[in-house]
Amino acid sequence: MDAFIQQVLSGLANGGVYAILALALVVIYRATPLVNFAQGEMAMFSTYMAWSMIHAGLPYWVAFGITLIGSFAIGVFIQQVILWPVRDAPILTLIIVFIGLLVIFNSLAGWIFSYTIKTFPSPFPSDALFSGQPVSTHDLGSIGVTLAVVSLVYVFFRYTRVGLAMRACAENPDSTRLVGIRVGWMLALGWGLAAAIGAVAGMMIAPVVFLEPNMMGGVLLYSFAGALLGGIDNPWGAIVGGFIVGVLENVAGAYIVGTELKLTVALVVIVGVLIVRPAGLFGRPIVTRV
Amino acid sequence: MALLEVSDLHAAYGPTTVLHGVSFTIDEGQITTILGANGAGKTTTLRAICGLLRTSGDVRFQGERITGKSTEDIVRMGMGHVPEGRGTFFHLTVEENLRLGAYTRRDKGVDADFERVYQYFPQLQERKHQQAGTLSGGEQQMLAISRALMMRPKLMLLDEPSFGLAPLIVQDIFRIMREINERDGVSMLLVEQNASLALNLASHAYLLETGSVVISGSTDEIRQNESVRKSYLGY
Repeated sequence: MDAFIQQVLSGLANGGVYAILALALVVIYRATPLVNFAQGEMAMFSTYMAWSMIHAGLPYWVAFGITLIGSFAIGVFIQQVILWPVRDAPILTLIIVFIGLLVIFNSLAGWIFSYTIKTFPSPFPSDALFSGQPVSTHDLGSIGVTLAVVSLVYVFFRYTRVGLAMRACAENPDSTRLVGIRVGWMLALGWGLAAAIGAVAGMMIAPVVFLEPNMMGGVLLYSFAGALLGGIDNPWGAIVGGFIVGVLENVAGAYIVGTELKLTVALVVIVGVLIVRPAGLFGRPIVTRV
Repeated sequence: MALLEVSDLHAAYGPTTVLHGVSFTIDEGQITTILGANGAGKTTTLRAICGLLRTSGDVRFQGERITGKSTEDIVRMGMGHVPEGRGTFFHLTVEENLRLGAYTRRDKGVDADFERVYQYFPQLQERKHQQAGTLSGGEQQMLAISRALMMRPKLMLLDEPSFGLAPLIVQDIFRIMREINERDGVSMLLVEQNASLALNLASHAYLLETGSVVISGSTDEIRQNESVRKSYLGY
């Protein structure tokens, strides 16, 4: 029983990371109804930025803060420079742009930082905080960071002026324009925000999976499964979905399919959701008048 | 000086030209209406003025050329557009919808304007915490007008405010539109299919047929016009 609780808790820790990245996916999906396949690689690149700063001797949390700002700027840049010119292009074009970004970030990281696996420090102490602690302190800290990110994002969208404008923009861009809100900047802000949120996910998972250019491949798949399970247009759904997938992955990996087939769990969830309930647990079904 | 001067406005959806050189002017403080059948280009005219469509021609608002400017910049100059289909933010509350109207304003009068809007439309105050998508059609129309009003516009463009509403509610809304015009000095450009309703409210009218203005004048003159009477007023 203890072992089971331990699996669930460390599943929650991983799930928290999936939840954060899923949240980033949802933020972009709501602004431009597409899944940003490059989200994971962007997070990986951000993690490398943090790694080089820590390596150069900066304290962890300083590097953490600068990474968030830098990632935000990269997100804004991508939206304004790369995506804005193709905003009216067909969906397939945009998907190819996303895949292009994925490949670019992946190769860029390999080129700059090499493909050798690096260790990434955890900001949390390596010893247990109290005796009989079921999971590592990093896992507990990671869950805490997830909750902090989620609350901040919630407060931003729910209670700030700009958050309101971004929600409006996601729902009805034309009406948003007609009250004088600059829709282009709101989209850029959404990308910046998503990139910064993703960076947190990268920095939280890197101590667990080790830092290398392909480290986010699996994570993105789990996050996508989480976002889809919760409902791709619903931030709360994405968070709950991310946690569920994290626990499912860990428990199934330990007791049912074994660690080698863990990633299959994500694929099964994706396919299952699409077949049984395409809108996800909390998503709005898409109704189209034809 | 005219508040809005439109001359030789052309607009197209892809290869289909919809406006073939529309010209008209609106004077400050007036309610002007554009009449016309389905597909005459009324909605397109409003969207073209607001920069929601690529256009050619010359549109001047308060003397300044606005053709080619972004919609965001045009509406910030004081043009409130109440769009076709009301443009409601369904998942936001009534109050949030209104707050978005005042988004670009930095002055201290916003609270007073909430009061003003709630005075015109008390229903909205009762439902201010409700999701806008749960409002009735009439209430959503009121909300759309109020949202534009929160921008403190000099000119309001109204696209078929009577569309799909019960006659009594339409009467109500039109009465309040006149009040807004008289009390707050907001000029209006009204697009309507219901010609007799529009002619009662407006002082000037233009008749649009297949993308050009064919008749213009004061509403009294237009009402006398034989072909308008037959085609649009039905007597």
